[in-house]
Amino acid sequence: MRQLAWGAGIVAVLIAVNVLLRPLINPYVAQVIVLCGINVILAVSLNLVNGFTGQFSIGHAGFMALGAYGSAMFSLHVGMRWVAALEAMRVPAPLAEGAALLVALALGGLLAALAGYLVGLPSLRLRGDYLAIVTLGFGEIIRVLILNVDAVGAARGLPGIPAWVNFFWVGVGVAAVILLSRHLAASTHGRALFAIRDDEVAAEALGVDTTSYKVLAFVLGAFFAGVAGGLFAHFLSYLNPNSFTFIKSIEVIAMVVLGGMGSISGAVLAAIILTLLPEVLRPVKDYRMVIYSLMLIVLMITRPGGLLGSREISLAWLVRRLRPSRERA
Amino acid sequence: MPEFLQQLVNGITWGSVYALIALGYTMVYGILRLINFAHGDVYMLGAFFAFYAARITGAAVDPNPLKATGILLIAMIGCGIVGFLIERFAYKPVRRSSRLAALITAIGVSLLLENGGQLLFGADPKFFPQIIRATNIPLGMGVTISNQQIIILVVSIALMLGLRFIVMNTRAGKAMRAVSYSHTAASLMGISVDRIITFTFVLGSMLAAAAGVLVALQNPKIEPYMGIMPGLKAFVAAVLGGIGNIPGAVLGGMVMGIAEVMVVGYLSPTWRDAIAFVLLILILLVRPQGLLGQPPAEKV
Repeated sequence: MRQLAWGAGIVAVLIAVNVLLRPLINPYVAQVIVLCGINVILAVSLNLVNGFTGQFSIGHAGFMALGAYGSAMFSLHVGMRWVAALEAMRVPAPLAEGAALLVALALGGLLAALAGYLVGLPSLRLRGDYLAIVTLGFGEIIRVLILNVDAVGAARGLPGIPAWVNFFWVGVGVAAVILLSRHLAASTHGRALFAIRDDEVAAEALGVDTTSYKVLAFVLGAFFAGVAGGLFAHFLSYLNPNSFTFIKSIEVIAMVVLGGMGSISGAVLAAIILTLLPEVLRPVKDYRMVIYSLMLIVLMITRPGGLLGSREISLAWLVRRLRPSRERA
Repeated sequence: MPEFLQQLVNGITWGSVYALIALGYTMVYGILRLINFAHGDVYMLGAFFAFYAARITGAAVDPNPLKATGILLIAMIGCGIVGFLIERFAYKPVRRSSRLAALITAIGVSLLLENGGQLLFGADPKFFPQIIRATNIPLGMGVTISNQQIIILVVSIALMLGLRFIVMNTRAGKAMRAVSYSHTAASLMGISVDRIITFTFVLGSMLAAAAGVLVALQNPKIEPYMGIMPGLKAFVAAVLGGIGNIPGAVLGGMVMGIAEVMVVGYLSPTWRDAIAFVLLILILLVRPQGLLGQPPAEKV
């Protein structure tokens, strides 16, 4: 009951934000906000694999690409017809588009999750850096595959994807991945993932089925990466394989590590900071990326455990911080 | 058949370049367990150092082998210094932190070199001058080899033999092997671990610089982002051979180079970037420790 109330509250707030904010801000700011949201989804979902389970994956851009292209192809060939049919039946446009988008995102996510399952399987045999490099290879193979399939536009890119994404849908995605992560962290399954991260052999000795939990982490992470990709596709209405190089995967890893491995709020914070940083540095033009990379190095040297370490920022934590005297008494 | 042999010759040449870059990855990994993402960018710097050295010495207008050797040495020394600086100011401060912190630092250094390079050299590609005049030498059976390919092969084999000599027959090399086995035990034996790590970085960076110059001889278009893909593939080559294993890196580089050239020759150039990874996944599924790697003992 309480969770339902929470869910309804989040939806209500998001609708309010969507309606009130849109006329107030210019398209550039809107785009930056949406990209922040998409990066938050990517970072929090990768945190499930890298931060929770301790498996090192650098192929997140590949899953994102699958979700993006999968959902875009659905919308282009099926979704747009559905919307036209629904609108002919006098269903309001936002509702019809939302329904089609939801199906597209789910399909994109499922496609990515299936790939995550397939990549998760070899992870049973490989450890550490070898796993990392296989996921990296997988991401690159996906990109080359897209470059070679003419039906999805190959190197020309895929134009004309309906732009159905607004603040509301990005907000729903962000809320979903954060809530799922939080619930997972507090559950038996989450504890099993942490156990694998801390000591795989010990976890196995305690009866944790390490194999299926590792695959579970991969599948969940990939699903939300696919959803993020779907949102990305339906926001920009144009896809290009160059958006999904391994540099993108590395950006997401930087967010997870910078936030503090395993910290959900850290991943959110770092995703927002690393998305805003290049935008804030725009006035210095040529020096922008140089400063960005220098800051990354300096941050890692000064705070090697990430911004938050493994801590979490939450409402309760903030309240405690603000009223320390009561805590001690 | 002649076409196949020709592709093989091209593949071996290209593979020896991958092998040179892969050696740097594998040595640093063997000693620090760090994937040095900036290594591909050191290779890029090697090509650029040689470009400016060629301009200053006037080797472009009056090519002769002596100047070419000088240019190669300048690029190698320049990159050796860069490797030293990277290790001292970026990697050393995070050495005691987690491996992931070190990895992100490496990514930061890589981005810094690429974007700093773009700022310094300009984003437009530069054309590397012909510091050696190209001629084709027939090998019989319709196979030809260019003198540049011969130079690439000879220089890279000489450098690999040199490296082998350093690692197997000198005190510094013995110390490197000891440090890669155990930092603690090595330092108890009186080895200065810090100095050996620095030495390894300098050595690896010099090899990468040589690879950069050699590639620029054959593909003269150089730009600040040219190191990303070769760096990545050389790393894959190192993993393929068994990371941390020096002969493995050479073998991995050769396999990679030949496979790539064959794909371009017989399949399609667009699949070129995928073959490296397909090969990698196939080999790792059968031999998770790489071709020549030792399976790690699992301690409880």
